[in-house]
Amino acid sequence: MSLWEYANPQKFMQLSRRLLPVVALAAGLCLGVGLIWGFFFTPDDYKQGSTVKIFYLHVPAAMMAINAWVMMLVTSLVWLIRRHHVSALAAKAAAPVGLVFTVIALITGALWGQPMWGTWWEWDPRLTSFLILALFYLGYMALWQAIDDPDTAADLTSVLCIVGSVFALLSRYAVNFWNQGLHQGASLSLDKEENVADVFWYPALVCIAGFVLLFVALVLLRTRTEIRARRLSALLARERRG
Amino acid sequence: MPVLGKYAGAVLGSYAATIGLILLLVAVSLWRSAKTKAALAEVESRQGKDND
Repeated sequence: MSLWEYANPQKFMQLSRRLLPVVALAAGLCLGVGLIWGFFFTPDDYKQGSTVKIFYLHVPAAMMAINAWVMMLVTSLVWLIRRHHVSALAAKAAAPVGLVFTVIALITGALWGQPMWGTWWEWDPRLTSFLILALFYLGYMALWQAIDDPDTAADLTSVLCIVGSVFALLSRYAVNFWNQGLHQGASLSLDKEENVADVFWYPALVCIAGFVLLFVALVLLRTRTEIRARRLSALLARERRG
Repeated sequence: MPVLGKYAGAVLGSYAATIGLILLLVAVSLWRSAKTKAALAEVESRQGKDND
């Protein structure tokens, strides 16, 4: 069986109807366990005190802010190359979720930054590129709303998505390009020596899984809505033509 | 409840903002899903009757 079969809206609706409750339940479970573990059952950091508890929100949200855009990039490319409507609608469905994760990363970053750096905001490469990423999400969503023809909207938003990918990449690697910023380098690493201590790492891993599953569940739900909305507008247009 | 000390505002504010935004996003997504589903069902049944 080919993956492309799920580009068929009917096949996608059948599969997502079965997947959605399972993914949503797993997301709720992981988020509940991860956040309770991180908040109640982890020690304070010797340097950062209790603010280390923000780590379980800030890092997964920031990771998903970038990964959501990468998912949108892949589905936009699929739309541009293979013209599968479900992929364009999945990109459209993911944008508000990505925006919310970006805003969470910015808010929790500011709340964490104030006691640690003495400032809510700094025009640091990573912070600035995240702010630009949030603006790209807003622009992407506005462009979908601004164009009546859905195929033209999908074409133009796909191009915007490709352009915005530069900032998604910058948000991830900005700290490596420029060293003058306040923001530290990546906290998580596959190298055990560089990674955070296990006592922080395990609950963080559960929270990351929770954010990933929440993203998948919301994108499935919202893509189903977009498919229905598209069918609804097609039926209404047919009705108007008589 | 863990002792958060002088950072209580930052930590609790972060959790409140994150949980609030996630719940809002989930609620809006569910509401829009239900609304679209009902509207589609209504139009499909109307057009189904018209075609009979």
